[in-house]
Amino acid sequence: MDIGWYLTVSALIFAIGAAGVLTRRSPLVILLCIELMLNAANLALIAFARMHGDPDGQIFAIIVMVVAACEVTIGLGIIVAMHRRRLPINVDELRELQG
Amino acid sequence: MAALLFFLAGTGAIAGAAGVVAMRNPFYSVLALVSHLLSLAALFLLLHAEFVAAAQVIVYAGAVMVLYVFVVAYVGGQDEPLGPRPGSGLRVVSLVFGAALFIELCIATLGSGLSLIDTRGTPVGAGFGSPGQIGELLLTRYLLAFELASFLLLIAAVGAVVLARRRGGVSAADDQARYSAMDLLRPANTGTMAEAVGVRRRLPPATERAGATEPEQAPVTDADR
Amino acid sequence: MTSLKLFAWVTLLAPLAGTIALGLLGRRLTGRAPGYLGTAALAVSFASAIAALFALQDLAEDERQVVAVAWDYASTVGVDAQLSLLVDPLSVFMMLIVAGVSMLIHLYSISYMASDRGYTRFFAYLNFFVFSMLLLVLAGNFLVLIIGWAFVGAASYLLISFWYRRATATRAGIKAFVINVLGDVGLVLGTFFIFRHTGTLDFLGTFERAGEAFAGNSADLTAGLILVLVGAFAKSAQIPLHTWLPDAMEGPTPVSALIHAATMVTAGVYLIARMHPLFELAPTAADVGAVIGCLTLLVAGTIAIAVTDLKRVIAYSTMSQIGYMIMGVSAGAYAAGLFHLMTHAFFKALLFMAAGSVIAAMAGQQNLDRMGGFRRAMPFTFGCMLIGGLALAAVPPFSGFFSKDEIMLLVGDRGGWYWILYVAGYVGALLTGVYAFRMIFRAFLGEPVAEARELEQGHLHHAEVHTNPATGEEEDSDVGFPGAEHHIAEREPTMKIAMGVLALLAIFGGLVQVPHVTHVVDGFLEPTFHDSALYERHPSDSLISLGVVLGTVAGVLGIAIAYLVWVRNPGLSGRVRERLAALHKLFVNKWFFDELIDALVVRPSRWFGSFAQQTFERVVVNGVLVGGTTGVVKAGSSAVRAAQTGFLRYYAALVVVGMVLMAFYFLVST
Repeated sequence: MDIGWYLTVSALIFAIGAAGVLTRRSPLVILLCIELMLNAANLALIAFARMHGDPDGQIFAIIVMVVAACEVTIGLGIIVAMHRRRLPINVDELRELQG
Repeated sequence: MAALLFFLAGTGAIAGAAGVVAMRNPFYSVLALVSHLLSLAALFLLLHAEFVAAAQVIVYAGAVMVLYVFVVAYVGGQDEPLGPRPGSGLRVVSLVFGAALFIELCIATLGSGLSLIDTRGTPVGAGFGSPGQIGELLLTRYLLAFELASFLLLIAAVGAVVLARRRGGVSAADDQARYSAMDLLRPANTGTMAEAVGVRRRLPPATERAGATEPEQAPVTDADR
Repeated sequence: MTSLKLFAWVTLLAPLAGTIALGLLGRRLTGRAPGYLGTAALAVSFASAIAALFALQDLAEDERQVVAVAWDYASTVGVDAQLSLLVDPLSVFMMLIVAGVSMLIHLYSISYMASDRGYTRFFAYLNFFVFSMLLLVLAGNFLVLIIGWAFVGAASYLLISFWYRRATATRAGIKAFVINVLGDVGLVLGTFFIFRHTGTLDFLGTFERAGEAFAGNSADLTAGLILVLVGAFAKSAQIPLHTWLPDAMEGPTPVSALIHAATMVTAGVYLIARMHPLFELAPTAADVGAVIGCLTLLVAGTIAIAVTDLKRVIAYSTMSQIGYMIMGVSAGAYAAGLFHLMTHAFFKALLFMAAGSVIAAMAGQQNLDRMGGFRRAMPFTFGCMLIGGLALAAVPPFSGFFSKDEIMLLVGDRGGWYWILYVAGYVGALLTGVYAFRMIFRAFLGEPVAEARELEQGHLHHAEVHTNPATGEEEDSDVGFPGAEHHIAEREPTMKIAMGVLALLAIFGGLVQVPHVTHVVDGFLEPTFHDSALYERHPSDSLISLGVVLGTVAGVLGIAIAYLVWVRNPGLSGRVRERLAALHKLFVNKWFFDELIDALVVRPSRWFGSFAQQTFERVVVNGVLVGGTTGVVKAGSSAVRAAQTGFLRYYAALVVVGMVLMAFYFLVST
């Protein structure tokens, strides 16, 4: 298939991920949607790597995966800590940092 | 053949993404993401990125998603109402801007004038995307990125441990163990005013500490208060 | 010449050294030692002044204007500011008077202020005052003159409010200072007017260039000199800036004697004499001076016959005599005016000293109504007061006669409308005789009051409760109030010596300038005034004789009237007062000048101040300027703060929306 198709799929997934971040209430699901966006970026990188015949894009995608893993670790750690302190797992109610 | 696979994998990916966003139960969202990741791995394979596809399956769908499953199980994934508070315009905004984002990205990529978009890409040799090539690149040209990435993983690991530590709260047994290195290094018969007053528990003198196995509790008398 | 400069510097700096020594050593000196130290400093100063006199006379006549420069302050933008002294006959004359009379007053104060807790402070301040006055008279340029002028005002303030726990004294000190500052402003502005055209601050330089500098700008010169006259009037207590002088009697009597009789108030006279080349170029300003001097001498004379506070009678007398001096030097009678300054210093200081003795005998009371019959109890004081009174009333052959006569002679010699001043001067002389002897007869003649009788028995009266003589408020005798003991001349040798010397000078001091006989003052001051058109004058013999006769008649007549009213017919003064009640009210209330100044100046200033504080400060500054700018900032920041809602998704939405918009922009622009 033409590279353009892959890029379209990537864009669609990215948009879906963005909409999900804006829409969902649980921070857990918001993290999942962020994962979606990261994966969409990965797909685009791989597609471009294939387009140019240059494996640099794949290296980039691997590093992105590493970053995603780290981010997930910390994000989930925060959610667990929130749960430990009996805080509501709901981004609408966690809004003390305002003013 | 490749086109068929593409459509299957593409549909799977999009369906998975939609599922993540649309499912009420967070557990189902996680499962939808897993399927999405597997579809994406298939797409990677179609793009001659074998190593990345394998990494995606093993690391991403394997380790990271398992982590998610554990947390969802711990936190408890109740069904929750789907969208933002009713009455807020956030839902409309998100849909509109999500669509706008998609359209813009498409225009950006497809209308960009890149000549190779409409082809399958430049012809590549057999070793393209193979583990050997990736490994060689990682250890020569992208060594710095590789090292920094590992450093980042270390930080994340430490952060996770710090976040997950049990802090003040559930059982009284926790209070006993709060000493710092300074306490161990302090000579005998010395201490702070806080300890004298009874705000902080006093560590017994070093001689006793050497022999004892457990730190004792200094009695908090009325004089101290 | 160098020895002359040296003597001038020693004369100037000896009192300063005295002040510093007293300030540093004060705590360690006990008893009357600070007094002796202060007087010693003054003695050194006076000796040096005499040496300066001899050194000056050693020089040739046309070399007798010597400038001694210490250093340059600044030499920039056309201003040449140096610390320079001008030693010439005029300044040596003033130096001798200031140092000499000050020395005698210091001697007097050794005993007079003996029981006061602020003894050392008194002498330190007094020495500082003498230093300032010497700086003023020795000044060689406008800058040093203004510095000396300001210092003298400060010293006056310090000494008037010497008994600082008395509210009346501090208020009087502030009043004097404020009016003096007004004069300072006039002086500085006048200096600027003059400097603008002459381009130099130096006196000799200014006088040389005055002729061509002001050739076409005589209006500027007149304006500048009138401003300088404002300064002179404030310092010399002439109308309308005279209201501080009677209140200044709140200070201790030696202070009144020194500052407000002999030296500080004569600074205005010195100023006009020093600036005589400029005044001769602007006759209008000189005329203003003469008229104000004449007005003052009449008004002050009328007030003096009505007031009842002993020191205030003498204060108004001072004001009146200074009026004579100002009139004299403004009319061109420089030597005469300065001669009267000298004799006035002698007899006025003597009068104040004697008054101090009487007040001490009355245990601090100053009211004439409560005094009487001290003649037998205090013979020495009576004698001194009598001598002073005769000199004041200008009875020949006392010193006051010759000096006042000389002024009137030269004023009459000017002719024209100066005849009005001539007549007014002799009317004033009559009034002088009346009030001087009113004071003496009421205090010393008649039935002895209780205090006098006590003193005759040999016991000095002590009040049980110390009170403020003006308001009757109770006070104690600790720091900041007068001491518990009082010292009268009969019992203190230092007071006797000081008063005795002044009495001799008051009697014989006039003989240095008897018309047609001796010309010591004239001749001595010649080198300073040689460039004056009005100096060399030869009035006609008939005018001289007329003056002598009129002067004698006026003085003796005044004494006779006083004798008749207050000794012969004791009830007469009461009856006259009732008949002329309105006039008496006018005189006793000092011609309502205080009320006038209060209405014209004080009230509007207060109103302006409270307006500024209540309205302007609150509304404009706090409300608009401070509140406005901060309000704008606050509004802006709260508008920006509204973006921090705390909603995570709101932030995410902002990111997404921003991204979309940016992408849109970039897509469109390519």
